[in-house]
Amino acid sequence: MVMIIQTYGTMLLKAMGHTLLLCLLSLVFASIIGMIFGLMNVGHNRVLNFIGTVYVDAVRGVPLIVLAYFIYFGIPTAIQQGLGFTSFRLGPLQAGTIALSMNCGAYMAEIVRAGIQSVDRGQMEAGRSLGLSYGAGMALIVIPQAIRTMIPSIINQFIITLKDTSILSVIGFPELTNVGKTVMGNTFKPLQAWAIVGIMYLIVITILSKVSKQIERRINRGR
Amino acid sequence: MADNTDVKISVKNLKKNFGSLEVLKDINIEVTEGEVVVLIGPSGSGKSTLLRCLNQLEKATSGKIVIDGYDVTDKHTDINKVRENIGMVFQHFNLFNHLNVLKNMTLAPVHLKTLSKEEAKSKAMQLLDRVGLADRAEAYPSQLSGGQKQRVAIARALEMNPDIMLFDEPTSALDPEMVGEVLAVMKELARDGMTMIVVTHEIGFAREVASRVIFMEGGYIVEEGTPEEVLDNPKEPRTIDFLSKVL
Repeated sequence: MVMIIQTYGTMLLKAMGHTLLLCLLSLVFASIIGMIFGLMNVGHNRVLNFIGTVYVDAVRGVPLIVLAYFIYFGIPTAIQQGLGFTSFRLGPLQAGTIALSMNCGAYMAEIVRAGIQSVDRGQMEAGRSLGLSYGAGMALIVIPQAIRTMIPSIINQFIITLKDTSILSVIGFPELTNVGKTVMGNTFKPLQAWAIVGIMYLIVITILSKVSKQIERRINRGR
Repeated sequence: MADNTDVKISVKNLKKNFGSLEVLKDINIEVTEGEVVVLIGPSGSGKSTLLRCLNQLEKATSGKIVIDGYDVTDKHTDINKVRENIGMVFQHFNLFNHLNVLKNMTLAPVHLKTLSKEEAKSKAMQLLDRVGLADRAEAYPSQLSGGQKQRVAIARALEMNPDIMLFDEPTSALDPEMVGEVLAVMKELARDGMTMIVVTHEIGFAREVASRVIFMEGGYIVEEGTPEEVLDNPKEPRTIDFLSKVL
């Protein structure tokens, strides 16, 4: 075990860096996607409701690994052959970020929708009765209250997304699980190799959830 | 009725359906400046829906509602602008739970730029003083009693300097001992000449303050007139029946 850490330590840490980069990028985009589709789903515009529902259902109904293959292999081929951009490529990081953002975004949209719907209708009505627009009512009255109920679910979703980065080892992105496979192959010590990888995930996720709990506590106190 | 120049609210042939359910069936009302109109009637009679149609929290199915000269049933009317002039007080207060009393009051005028931050704050303090809650400016809604919440809600509506105030069962969710303090604030408003439409079950309030009482049932206006006419000498059997149950 010590031998593996000595030989492959830097490589594994670098891989963890890739995992975190992929996760962070995906969370940023997923939050934006989640906000947009979540708001589309709570509004009263039927067309937007429909688009939002289709997006959420479609993405949730497809395994992440299939989505990743589709984006990494399928989309570039379609663009090269269909549109004639023969030099078009998607790197594993780009494809991975898109797949994970879309996936996590769909779940975030549901969290946003549920959070907004948990706020009493009277809050928006009171805002509208004072002359505020729908958008101002959302931004100033409903969303600030919704976020409080959304936070535990968002933290949960962030942790799931961090773990889901491992699925993107299948498209060759050198994140932690992928590098773990390499270490196992080189050392022929699967028990030790996967124990190290597992502990690395565990440490990062534990730190993430502790920090999140702190943030949650602070938000609940600051009122 | 008084001459047309001081008509504040005019409702013509208003109908409102929820799906196949007809809640309002041909409502006609005119309210002149300074009038206090009290709507009474059994639950499900359409009183609250009528009130909510006036500021278009419920869209009218058909008919015409003109407020201060603005046709609010017209799609091209800037409804947000008209609502700035119509305060509304809700049965369940609907204070913004994440904001303290002062911020509850200053949020809309500051955002809509009808007042500067400083003006909004000093006006809010005056209004809180008027409703007897100047010492609770920093409190959050969860720290207030029901009566206090409703007084803040009234002050919040007044902060926009409305010409018209709508009250949707403002005392129905209150403990009995808190009803008086809210009614007192409303009486004072009425004395100051505010145009008010009040949905309530407080017959005593109607008798004391109303310039007109309207009895509704089944989506129609059954009877209307002065408090003496409607409350003390009702002509319609349905009004008599209702009053015998609530008095």
